[in-house]
Amino acid sequence: MDLDLSSVEPFRAEVRDWLRAHVPATPLPSLEVEEGFAAHRAWEHELHEARLSVVSWPARYGGRDASPLEWLIFEEEYYAAGAPGRVSQNGINLLAPTLFNHGTPEQLDRVLPSMASGEVIWAQAWSEPGAGSDLASLRATATRVDGGWLLNGQKTWSSRAAFADWGFGPFRAGPEAERHRGLTYLMFPLDAKGVTRRPIGRIDGKPAFAELFFDDVFVPDRDVIGTPGEGWRVAMSTTGNERGLTLRSPGRFLAAADRLVDLWKEHADPADTALRDRVADAWIKSRAYRLKGFETISRTEDVGAESSINKIFWSELDVALHETALDLLGPDGELDGEWLEGYVFALAGPIYAGTNEIQRNVIAERVLGLPRAGR
Amino acid sequence: MKFILDAEQRLFGDTLHKLLAEAGTPAVIRDWSAGAHDSGRALWRSLADAGVLAIAVPESAGGAGPLPVELVTAFHELGRHAVPGPFAETVAVAALLGHLQDGPGGGPGTGSDAEFGAWSAGIAEGATVASLALPPAMPYALDADAADVVLVVDGDELRAGVPGELRASLDPARRLSSVTGGDVLASGPAVRAAGEAAYDMGALACAAQLVGVGRALLDVSVEYATARRQFGRPIGEFQAVKHHLADALVGLEYARPLVHGAALAYGSPDFARDVSAAKVAASEAAYAAAKIALQVHGAIGYTDEYDPSLWIRKARALHAAWGSPAAHRARVVSALT
Repeated sequence: MDLDLSSVEPFRAEVRDWLRAHVPATPLPSLEVEEGFAAHRAWEHELHEARLSVVSWPARYGGRDASPLEWLIFEEEYYAAGAPGRVSQNGINLLAPTLFNHGTPEQLDRVLPSMASGEVIWAQAWSEPGAGSDLASLRATATRVDGGWLLNGQKTWSSRAAFADWGFGPFRAGPEAERHRGLTYLMFPLDAKGVTRRPIGRIDGKPAFAELFFDDVFVPDRDVIGTPGEGWRVAMSTTGNERGLTLRSPGRFLAAADRLVDLWKEHADPADTALRDRVADAWIKSRAYRLKGFETISRTEDVGAESSINKIFWSELDVALHETALDLLGPDGELDGEWLEGYVFALAGPIYAGTNEIQRNVIAERVLGLPRAGR
Repeated sequence: MKFILDAEQRLFGDTLHKLLAEAGTPAVIRDWSAGAHDSGRALWRSLADAGVLAIAVPESAGGAGPLPVELVTAFHELGRHAVPGPFAETVAVAALLGHLQDGPGGGPGTGSDAEFGAWSAGIAEGATVASLALPPAMPYALDADAADVVLVVDGDELRAGVPGELRASLDPARRLSSVTGGDVLASGPAVRAAGEAAYDMGALACAAQLVGVGRALLDVSVEYATARRQFGRPIGEFQAVKHHLADALVGLEYARPLVHGAALAYGSPDFARDVSAAKVAASEAAYAAAKIALQVHGAIGYTDEYDPSLWIRKARALHAAWGSPAAHRARVVSALT
């Protein structure tokens, strides 16, 4: 497919103009603390008013049916403008694609508009104390009762669950359920009776995630996504999105690399060619990710396991880019600020959404065709 | 803009792949390494017949180009099959001559116009093998003993190159000569600009070639890791081996779009910067793939007689050819600041 970059220039200009007029002059407080979470929710609302919160969605749910190219352009402008982080990202990037694939019309109508406006913020509840990389060993249960399901057990590392409104994730339905079989994918309110949430301070102390305890939490049938017992398949249809372009779009890294080049101009020691080379590499890799994004949306076939290649690339780029910025800042590099916040966020990248070790296994076995097992 | 190859471009690449696989390049490489150029020149002719060189020569100079996307497609295959010979140098000369024939300052007045035209036409049809030196970035000419035309751009002067002694490279199929300037063929600021155009085109071709070299090394390593058994199982079952090979793929998969993107930027003010970005990524990715290939193969990969070691050595040699990664990184940063 031929991508006509000039045809999206009017859209780019509209987004740029709106952002220039609306992006807060002083950065919002961190979205990982209560006050910042509320400020970011209000920002989501403002974006939604301009129909810019979910541009690629159908208009009926609050989007504007933007093409994948327009979405990439939106993201470029969004991050170039230094706009606030997306507190709704896990709903928009991880739950919405699952609903588009597996949700009922009633679920789409009920869930998506309030997600688009920031009225409901979603948290992903997948990991458990005994189920991290080995997600299929999860033990939290959903037991069939009249009209729905009762949830019991524990989820953990649930990003933004400290302040979010609803959660979603796979639960084990029935005693015969084993590994990938018999999982059911559910949505539940985080203030439901029987849910206890305990915020967890991440490495910088901010309560960026939480653990969730379920004690006979009732979930009605209408909040099951897809067929009960098919939760693994439903969940896996999300991971392609998570590891592909959507979770961390090229625009984010292009903007960060441009800011890194600016930082180099301010702080450069021309004799420090080692640091200069790292600045060059961060910029080059951000361009590579952009071009790879254009390549990906030009293709008609499913990207499939190749999304694991993206996940390794952007997560390692993010760490390297922020490390370079901190090194450029020298003694100021350890001080609280935007680069440090970005660095702390980047450190989680090689871990979440499937560790990079798991991604390398996926690439080796499913892309390169190396023999399985023998771990 | 097309960020993936169209059907015709894919067919071009597939055709070259088939041609080269049937030609059996390892034997040609070994001949070439021994200074016997006949089989290499025959392969050069076949590739020219398939259009590989005409696409580098401007239409105004009797070629079918410049077609940068087709060019990188072809050079990817040349790298994948480790084809010996000064291909990148020849397309760089084509760019240089094209620049001088099109622009002011060359040709008329220097008495070389007819000669330039004949060289361009010869390059397009595969009859003329060219090499060049672009000091200080590229002080050596490749395979001067096999070339019909050797040039050197020295500042504002284009001179006939007088090659010195041939020196052996890590890649046995590459032999390098210092070049001193002979007769002045053209002079003036246009020569400097033409030299820069030649450098950019050669570096782009070399970047594409590197990605092809790396890809071939990854493929042969995956094959080897699947077949080779130790501890009662294929070594490709071990995660340590898997992760090496996955890393090689990640590097190559992100170098390739930069090469394609640089080809798309031909003629724009960003071309030189984008070529440098592509050359950095391609050099690093191919060299990383080569080191991984060597490690995965173990001792056999360290032998002269095992064919993949020809690719392993080429990856390292091309890493520094057409400007080191450090030189290209510096060019990227200076374009940004």
